[in-house]
This record gives sequence, structure tokens and C-alpha cells, in this order.
Amino acid sequence: MLEIKDLKASLADEDKQILKGVNLTVEAGKVHAIMGPNGSGKSTLSYVLSGKDGYEVTGGSVALDGKDILEMEPEERAAEGLFLAFQYPIEIPGVGNMVFMRTAVNAQRKARGEDEMSATEFLKVVRARAKTLKIDADMLKRPVNVGFSGGEKKRNEILQMAMLEPKMCILDETDSGLDVDAMKLVAEGVNALRDEGRAFLVITHYQRLLDHIKPDLVHIMADGRIIKTGGPELALEVEQNGYADILAEVA
Amino acid sequence: MTALDEVIVKDGVDQETVDAVREVGGAYKYGWETEIEMEYAPKGLNEDIVRLISDKNEEPEWMTEWRLAAFARWKKLSEPKWAMVSYPEIDFQDQYYYARPKSMEQKPKSLDEVDPKLLETYAKLGIPLKEQMLLAGVEGAEAEAVGNRKVAVDAVFDSVSVGTTFQAELRKAGVIFCSMSEAIKEHPELVRKYLGTVVPVSDNYYATLNSAVFSDGSFVYIPPGVRCPMELSTYFRINAENTGQFERTLIIAAKGSYVSYLEGCTAPQRDVAQLHAAVVELIIEEDAEVKYSTVQNWYPGDENGKGGIYNFVTKRADCRGDRAKVMWTQVETGSAVTWKYPSCILRGNESQGEFYSIAIANNMQQADTGTKMVHLGKNTKSRIVSKGISAGKAQNTYRGLVSMHQKAKDSRNYTQCDSLLIGGNCGAHTVPYIEVKNNSSRVEHEATTSKVDDEQLFYCRQRGMDEEEAVALVVNGFCKDVLQALPMEFAMEAQQLVAISLEGSVG
Repeated sequence: MLEIKDLKASLADEDKQILKGVNLTVEAGKVHAIMGPNGSGKSTLSYVLSGKDGYEVTGGSVALDGKDILEMEPEERAAEGLFLAFQYPIEIPGVGNMVFMRTAVNAQRKARGEDEMSATEFLKVVRARAKTLKIDADMLKRPVNVGFSGGEKKRNEILQMAMLEPKMCILDETDSGLDVDAMKLVAEGVNALRDEGRAFLVITHYQRLLDHIKPDLVHIMADGRIIKTGGPELALEVEQNGYADILAEVA
Repeated sequence: MTALDEVIVKDGVDQETVDAVREVGGAYKYGWETEIEMEYAPKGLNEDIVRLISDKNEEPEWMTEWRLAAFARWKKLSEPKWAMVSYPEIDFQDQYYYARPKSMEQKPKSLDEVDPKLLETYAKLGIPLKEQMLLAGVEGAEAEAVGNRKVAVDAVFDSVSVGTTFQAELRKAGVIFCSMSEAIKEHPELVRKYLGTVVPVSDNYYATLNSAVFSDGSFVYIPPGVRCPMELSTYFRINAENTGQFERTLIIAAKGSYVSYLEGCTAPQRDVAQLHAAVVELIIEEDAEVKYSTVQNWYPGDENGKGGIYNFVTKRADCRGDRAKVMWTQVETGSAVTWKYPSCILRGNESQGEFYSIAIANNMQQADTGTKMVHLGKNTKSRIVSKGISAGKAQNTYRGLVSMHQKAKDSRNYTQCDSLLIGGNCGAHTVPYIEVKNNSSRVEHEATTSKVDDEQLFYCRQRGMDEEEAVALVVNGFCKDVLQALPMEFAMEAQQLVAISLEGSVG
């Protein structure tokens, strides 16, 4: 599904290399987790994959379903099925949450040459999916993320993901700032979307999210590279011993 | 894919409406010209021209004298220079002050005598279908409500009104809705009583000029206690070259009455700038309410600032009676230069004035617009919500006055001015004037300036919207509280206009 080869990237303004050759392959139907200390390049990886301005790719390649996406605009990558759940979801005053989602869904459909979703159909689907995430009608009407609590913002990200039905979902620290109950809700939302045609890349600091979203593989990222890959037990190891041992081992 | 292809549809709006609105897409799409034989007054401005305009309108002597007095005063005035706009000097002698289609020489007795070319023009401008049916003289169209809301239209083409719809039905309710020239002939007592009482002849350079040479416009009288049964609107079209349009609108809402009035404006795309100087006067008696909405879409000139309309407009509402209410809503997307301050005189106790404005300036456009809230009565309230959006190399200025007079005890004003900048070569300016002469009134002013945030755009694009669509969405969100004040259909149109006038402002 997602094939990252020797990806190198730096901040466009500072000429500071952050990704120093990332290699990672995520197969369809799988959940991969990336853990790593602060500043290891996890969030940068998610931004480079989704095409945010301000980063310069200096080497390597990224293919989504065999297509090179590095030359694509962010919206083209989205239409190809790449979704990023933001660590800090952005507020858009005055734009209703539902209007936002519908605009996004139809923009993607249009880009793929599909029929737009009618207002009634959209309403039906959004209500059903919002319900499972305990998002009420009021939250659907409110402006995008404005005045939402931390938990509401993250649930809203998952709702958008559910509506857009992407192939490749990247979750950037979706568990940050969530209490246990909110995290469970979010995890349930993610689990409900797991299927064999869809892959997940879950970026997190903590093992606890992985108790709820069971990963197939766990990668440890440090200093712009994946330095170790293992099963779910690797996350437990990090939880108990921190990164020091792993870093020492690799060095 | 452009922002225009994707419309943000409010729930409950059907596809047909959306498609119709989508048609509106493209850069300035009203830039075409109607090929029609015109009759002009000689170029230039002098007493004879003033007399000629008066004569063409078959006006009584008092009206001619009124105009001549205005002209005499105008000659002594000089153009105001305080606004933050710059444009080449206007040669007032190099303009036509009167232009009417030849076919309007004999004023049509009914709408079906109107020149088909003119009817076509309005059809092409997208005046709602029902009016088209009416303008084309289809029997029974009035009775058959195509939509669930009727809008009566007065269509002004260059210097003359070509027709007014639903007049008969309105007359049944006691409402007078006709062209200004007709009103001067048919209802001289009303015109004489009210004309120039809100915007005096001496008010300002352009208002004085307008008083001398106005050729037509709309007249509305809503009798006491009457809620006008439909929305009224005037559609202004400038067609002729080198011709200024000077129209005069007078709306009188008698005690306890209500009317909602809409105004739309377009002009062909030309290399040479054209002048538009209108005066609008609203008189609002006790317990009456007037809502006045404008969607101004005059040709803005090209991206190098060539051509476009110079729009110098004086609009003022006088809340004469207690508890009188007025609401100005304007969406200003057009004109090369806009100079316009719809104002409220809150004379009656507990009277209320509201001003909601979106001014969008792209390319080389310059807008200096705002309002004046003059609180004279006790417990008067006013609210100003102004949203300025600048893109390209445009300059957008909010200029507003809030004045609390000594007797305006316990009055309140709330002002919110937000500016949004798209790109780094445009400017936004806020110039508030506040005068408070009593100690029981309260004035609040909030102003913000923001740039369309890259993070917001990336968020939208990550979800699949292209850049223009993302900008349109963010900007529409920014404008929402003003768009909400517009009647539904206008809100849709305005939302589209926002997207259109910002086209090419990103990327």
C-alpha cells in the first residue's frame, strides 16, 4: 500500500535535514505503529507524506499503491486515498463542520471522476457515523474544531476519516491530550474502519493507544531513521525501559 | 477544477438553484454589452443639460428649479480628497449625463410594450425567471407563484427605468413602487415632501451632483401598518459608453410598516472608467422597519486597473420615529473605486441601526467604505459588522463614525471590523471615528486583521479541496455573519461572488 524508500527531507527554510533515509513498507490491511523520542522526525514524516509546504524532499521515493506521490499536490494525494489525522486539528471559524466534510468528500469524489454525494445521502451517512463516535448533532453544525475540547477535536478527525474512507490513514499522535475514555472512543472508531483494503500508520508516544489499536508491526524512529522494527512487544519494551536501551543497542 | 465548480450548499437548497448559481461562474461575467440604439444628451455638464434631463422626464417646474439650485451649488464645490483612494482626475465635461434607449422615447404603457432587446438584457443578467415571464408579458404569471417568494423588480438601464413588475399587485396593498421619474409625475406631493430631506442637496460633492443630474431610480412608499407583501428590488445596469449613471432612490416607510429592498448592479467591461454617483434616502417612521440589501458587482476594471466603475454613493437612512429600525447589508465585490458609507440617523428614541458589510477588493481595486451611526434619540442602538477582504494589490479601508449626541442617553454601539488579507501585496485599513457627548452611552469597538492561514489551507487541502476552493471556504466562513443577514437567494449569490471575485488571488 505505502512504500517509503530511503526518504530524505529537510526544512525548506533552514536547510536542516530531519528525515535521513526512512525505509518503511505498510501493506494493505495492516496497522503499523511508529514510536520514537521527541524530535526523531515522526511528525515531519507525516507532513512530508501528506505534502505540506515548508519541507523539501532531498532524496528517496514514496509510492501509494504503486503511484509516486511526492510530486502530487496535497489534494491530489488526498484523492488518491491518503489521510492525515492531525495532531493539532485546525480551527476554521464560520465554516460548519458538516459543510466542511461534505465539501471535502465531494472534492475527492470529483477528482476521482465519481458522482457527488447528495445532501440527503451525506446527511444519513454522517449521522450514523457520528453516532458511533458519540458526536452529537450540535457538534456537526458547529464551525470546524472551533471551541471543541481536545477529545472532540480528535473524534472529529476520526469522523472525517470515516467519511472520506481513505486507503492509507496516518494518525499523528491522535492519543495526545486524551483521557482514557476519549482514547477508547477514538480507538473504537479506528478499529471499526480496519479492513483488508485499508492500512494505518499510527504515530504515538505511548504504548497505551496500542492496547486499543493492536498494531501488526512497531517501528522505532530516531534521528530521522527507522532504527528497529518488531512486533507489538517492542512497544511494551519501550513503555518499560524507554528508548535508551534501543538507542544504545543500535549505536 | 476551480473554486466555482464546487459550491458549498446550505442544507435545504435544491440542485436547480445550485446549478443556476453555478452558471454565474467565470471571471466578471456581466461584462457584455447590449447593442441597442441610444439617444444621448450632448456631452458635458451645464445648465442646459440639467434642464434637458428635467425636460426629458417631463418634470414640473419645482423639480427643475431644485435641480438648478443643486447645480449652482455643485459648481462651487470641489471633489473630496480624504478617502484612501486614488484615481486619475475625472473630467466632468467629458461624460454623457443622459442616455436612454431610443425605444424608450415613448414610455411603454405596460411591460409587454418594452423593447425585447431590453428584456433580453435582463434575462441574460439572471433576473429571476418569474420577473422575466412578467417582463415578457406572460399572462397570469403574477398569480402563478413559481417560487414561494415574489420579488418585484424595477429595472434601470443607463438613465431610465425600463419597467417595474408587480405594480398592480403592490397597489392593492397600498404600496407604491415605481421609477423615480414616474413618482415625480404621479406622486409629486410625496416626492416634494421627502426628497432631499435625508441627504440634503448640499450634503457632499457627489450628492449635490446627483441632485442636479439624476435621471431615474426607484421610489417606494409603504403606507402605515403595511407589511410589504413581497421583496422589492432595483436592478441597475450601465450599458452606454462614457456615460455616468446617476440614480436616486427614495424609500418611505410610514408608521408601523415593513419592507425588504434589494439592489443589484452590473456594467459592461470597458477600458475607460465610468462614473456612478447615486443617492439613496430612506425615511423610517415610528415602529417601521426597512431592510436594504445591496449586491454591488459593477465592473471592477482589469488586473492592471484599466477601466471599471468609479462608484461614489451616498446612502442614508433617517429613523425619524421612535423604535424605527433600519438594516443595511452590503456585499461589495465590484467597482474600481468604491466610496460609500450607508449611514443611519437614529433620531427616534429606541431606534436601531444595523450595518453589515462585506467588501472584497482584488487586483487593483480600491474600496473606502463603512458607515455612520448618528445617535440622537435616547436608548438608541447600533451595530456594525464589517468584513474587508483584500487580495492582489487591492486596498480596502473601513471608515466609520459612531456619534453619540448629548441627548442620546443610554445608547449603545457595537462595532466589529475584521480584515482578511490574501497574499502580501494588498492592504487593509481601519479608520474609526468615535464621538461620545454623554456619559451614559456605551461604544464598543473590535478590530482584527488576519491573513488566510496556511495551516487552514493545508488542512482543507489534505481533506481533498484545491487551493481556490479552500480559500473560498475559509473566506466564506469569515463572512458568515454578514452573509446570514442577507435574504436567502442573495446569500447564495453573494457566496458565489465571493469566490468569483477572489479568483486568481492565490497560487
